[in-house]
Amino acid sequence: MEPRPRSFYVLTVFFVVFLLFLYGPTITIGILSFQGEGGGLTFPMRGVSMYWFKDLFEQQAVGDIWGSFRRSLVLGLMVMVTTVVVSVMGGLAFRKRFPGSGILFYLIITSLVIPSILISLGVGLLFSQSGLDVHWSTSGFGAQLTWTLPFGLLIMFAVFNRFDRSYEEAARDLGASPWQTIRHVVLPIIAPSLIGVALFGFTLSYDEFARTLLTAGSYNTLPLEIYGMTTNVTSPVLYALGTLTTVFSLLIIAVFLCLALLSNRRKAKSGSDAGNGML
Amino acid sequence: MMKLRANNALTGWLMVSPLALVLLAFLVAPIVMISIVSFWRATEFSIIPDFVWENYEFLFGSSVTYRVFFNTFKYALITWAFTFAIGFTVAYYLAFHIRSMTWQVALFLLCTIPFWTSNIIRMISWIPFLGRNGIANSALMSWGVIDEPVEWLLFSDFAVILAFVHLYTLFMVVPIFNTMMRIDKSLIEAARDGGANGAQILWNVILPLTKPGIMIGTIFVTTLVMGDFITVRFMSGSQSANVGRLISNDIALLQYPSASATAIVLLLTVLIVIGILLRFVDIRKEL
Repeated sequence: MEPRPRSFYVLTVFFVVFLLFLYGPTITIGILSFQGEGGGLTFPMRGVSMYWFKDLFEQQAVGDIWGSFRRSLVLGLMVMVTTVVVSVMGGLAFRKRFPGSGILFYLIITSLVIPSILISLGVGLLFSQSGLDVHWSTSGFGAQLTWTLPFGLLIMFAVFNRFDRSYEEAARDLGASPWQTIRHVVLPIIAPSLIGVALFGFTLSYDEFARTLLTAGSYNTLPLEIYGMTTNVTSPVLYALGTLTTVFSLLIIAVFLCLALLSNRRKAKSGSDAGNGML
Repeated sequence: MMKLRANNALTGWLMVSPLALVLLAFLVAPIVMISIVSFWRATEFSIIPDFVWENYEFLFGSSVTYRVFFNTFKYALITWAFTFAIGFTVAYYLAFHIRSMTWQVALFLLCTIPFWTSNIIRMISWIPFLGRNGIANSALMSWGVIDEPVEWLLFSDFAVILAFVHLYTLFMVVPIFNTMMRIDKSLIEAARDGGANGAQILWNVILPLTKPGIMIGTIFVTTLVMGDFITVRFMSGSQSANVGRLISNDIALLQYPSASATAIVLLLTVLIVIGILLRFVDIRKEL
């Protein structure tokens, strides 16, 4: 191997500083959430305790944290499933050009780049003017889909652009129906990417607030609850909540990454039968 | 043949119908609704259907509007400069200096994980750093750089830009890294054989070939910053304003028609910016 150029070491330092910049603040509030009972929002630590976590589980004065967590979880799962299904269908359809596909593509891009407050305001107005109640599971659900679907679809477009069509042709030559081809050939091949789409669907929904702000109605989702807390809570209980939700997000990410790794490995194992000829 | 094509179109439409329905109901209809309401009138308690231009007249007649739009562009431009410089460097390091695929994937994931955690929490997490008695001030004072705490760290434009860069650099890293990974390595060898040094390769080979990724990252960052209303409010302690905050303030006062007019102008501004950026890149080709 050729020796590393000097720029490698400079860039490594840059990269490490970047990672510190990225993770440092989150780690800091992680530490500060173990602040002692008399401690404040910044260092020094006045002892180490679980006081603020206990506080989180006991007091309900700041709002309905656990209720909002439950709602966010359910909403996240709803958005995740819908995003996966709709993105796969959309991805399959976009492989062929059909009348209107160009317009639809630009709508997807618009959905991604539109300032979130327009979705919030527009959906809110639409519901209130047509006499419907805004609720996290209806208007909130739809508003969040405008954020998660473009990501899911862009991933699916990228996947299908790299998809080897000959597998499908082989299945068709062997007499598989279109549905059988999709079910037994296409879906297993794209399964690892579907895990990625699901991860985007869930986490983007679970952390979303700008598009949910005016569309969630009277029952808040967790990010809205936290947003509300920032204006009136000035104790480390805020950090404790932040630490818990971040740990939860990290767990979710870890689960999805493990799933993706496993399904990739399974695919690698069962994908090729080269060298296993029937002797 | 005709029948086959019609059949194709039909399956295509059936497959995208859920997508089209969602986008119609929650993207197109809301935009239409906002444009209608932007011509309505408002009293202190209610909004009244009408067709008046007064919301737009007020918007364009007020000097606040121009200041706030200027501020919005300022945030977008400064944030873009920083996210581009950092994002390009990080992507370049990952794509050209990390030699094993496993490490590349691992380090890339390390960069993207924060994207899947909560933005609000990541904003809050700057408080212990930037506060009056925060880590930054204590460190600077103990090093003797300053004698008393600096006030402009938290709740200032500095904090706003810092938070933007912190939240959105990822949106630069990912598309730039993606394009860089597709650059044919033999091109770089050819340049080196031709006698180009590292800087020349970077400037004359890698940078031009990375342009599509840079453009996609630019679209992400500028639209996210221009549409933002929470980061500015939170990190500036309500001392600075951008267009998003102008809209959210109107909403808080139930002035929906005026909020709608501002929202329409913001949307058009963003679309014009994107239209210009899209001239430099064909997104469908880059996926």
